Amino acid sequence: MSLNFFMQNLINALQWGSFYALIALGYSMVYSILMLFNFAHGDIFMVGAYIGLGVALLLLKIVGTGTAALVPGWLVLVATILISMFLTAFVGIIVERVAYRPLRDAPRASAAITGLMVGIILETSNILFLGGQRLAFPQLIQSQTYNIGGIFITNKKIMIVIVSIALMTALHQFVTRTRWGMAMRAMAYDFVVVPLVGVPLNTIAVMTFAIGSALAAAAGILFGLAYPVLDPYMGVSFGWKAFVAAILGGRGSIMGACIAGFMLGFIEIMTVPGIQILNRLFSLNIGSNLRDLIAYSIVLVILVFRPHGLFGEPYSAKLRL
Amino acid sequence: MLLEVENLRVSYGQIKALQGISFTVDEGEIITIIGANGAGKSTALRAISRMVPVEEGSRMTYRDQDLLSFAPDKVVSRLGISHVPEGRRLFGNLTVMENLILACFARKDRDRIPADLKRVFNLFPRLQERQEQKAGTLSGGEQQMLAIGRAFMSGRQMMLLDEPSMGLAPLLMLNVFEALKEINQQEGTSILLVEQNARLALKFAQRGYVLETGNLVLSGSSAELMNNPEIKKAYLGA
Repeated sequence: MSLNFFMQNLINALQWGSFYALIALGYSMVYSILMLFNFAHGDIFMVGAYIGLGVALLLLKIVGTGTAALVPGWLVLVATILISMFLTAFVGIIVERVAYRPLRDAPRASAAITGLMVGIILETSNILFLGGQRLAFPQLIQSQTYNIGGIFITNKKIMIVIVSIALMTALHQFVTRTRWGMAMRAMAYDFVVVPLVGVPLNTIAVMTFAIGSALAAAAGILFGLAYPVLDPYMGVSFGWKAFVAAILGGRGSIMGACIAGFMLGFIEIMTVPGIQILNRLFSLNIGSNLRDLIAYSIVLVILVFRPHGLFGEPYSAKLRL
Repeated sequence: MLLEVENLRVSYGQIKALQGISFTVDEGEIITIIGANGAGKSTALRAISRMVPVEEGSRMTYRDQDLLSFAPDKVVSRLGISHVPEGRRLFGNLTVMENLILACFARKDRDRIPADLKRVFNLFPRLQERQEQKAGTLSGGEQQMLAIGRAFMSGRQMMLLDEPSMGLAPLLMLNVFEALKEINQQEGTSILLVEQNARLALKFAQRGYVLETGNLVLSGSSAELMNNPEIKKAYLGA
């Protein structure tokens, strides 16, 4: 495998990993503060992508397209991302309020199936309202391909990776520097005591759902730019894989979720050239459609050796007060 | 009257933890509830902090307001009733400073926070030395100091203390109780202390109640209780 080939795949892996990492953050944050797997989160990603589609089409209608456009495409894109993140945050808030808060003291398993049901409701609502056909995501910016020393990079890939990393950095700053972030960290350690120091637990929970959903919306729009076809079930496999990344990263670790997201992207993308090399070396005939089988077997092996994930610590006892 | 508790009843499933207890705490008073393990002392404090649901017919009034109409975090941020829970329950992943700052989360008087921090560091100079250290790495005594400091920062109209002496060496224990007395005298903070260490508690408090399996069986001034032959036999080991 030449260096060029490796670098080419690495860039693809970075892009692919960006989606996983952004979605994984939502799982990871909610799990860390409420010990709750929000299984509806993959579908929030889907809803975010569709909201992005709606916002983009609306904005394009207002400002026009092509040479007649009032503002450049990248500005429409920035506006689409920001507005959609804002709107999707409310979807997350509603899900928390309607589906999770009433079950705060219920057994964890009940809360988990609630998430699955909300997910199904979101998918089928999409079919109900939009007819379930695949929709094309508008290409807000012109695709350009750069040749850097034999490696082909598109402007979209660069933008997707940069926007993702910027969002992750912003989240990291928020969590480590602000009192809201401090409250989230405290809640991750011991949510029972949080109200005892005067911190409104529900407000922090709502905020966490909102942030997670906003990041999923960003992932949805970036995905729509790279792979411009949306369908109601796009959140299912992405959601599960991002969930794998969240657990692989370690319980509630923001850094862990990001790195594991990129790692998962890397493993998935690199499995295909790996299969090709194996085929050539040992004259085998493994199909590249076995990609996920092999990639996720690797993840399984990692978990066997690091059961708490890459950055996770052994579980702290969360006792009821 | 600062706090009036009437007919307080709490159950955990089938277990009746409190079977209708009534007690009062006056402005600036130090009150103690003593009793054996499992008598319901911690439950009484948790009920005041609204951390456990109370049963029909229980009444709690704080400065003529119905305590039961406040959410747990509002009991702290609006009414100024802070709680030092059993086992301290610090946020071990946060630094000493962050634990103290987080306790001011909902405070409106933000300009007073620096002075209050200084106050905590005066009471417990050790905390100042360790302010950048993670709370989880502190010694037991330091953790208790931080737990009290955190409560002080969150609200100081009234403090609920759950077994602050637990696991502390005698000298540290005295330190902690001296600091509490200072808070009481200088800030006018009323204190409701529950303790297994009855001798220490009665020495510290002005009045006390004796709790036995969910019922208050005795009350009186600390001197009265200390001289009561039954108390002597059951709790003071004399």
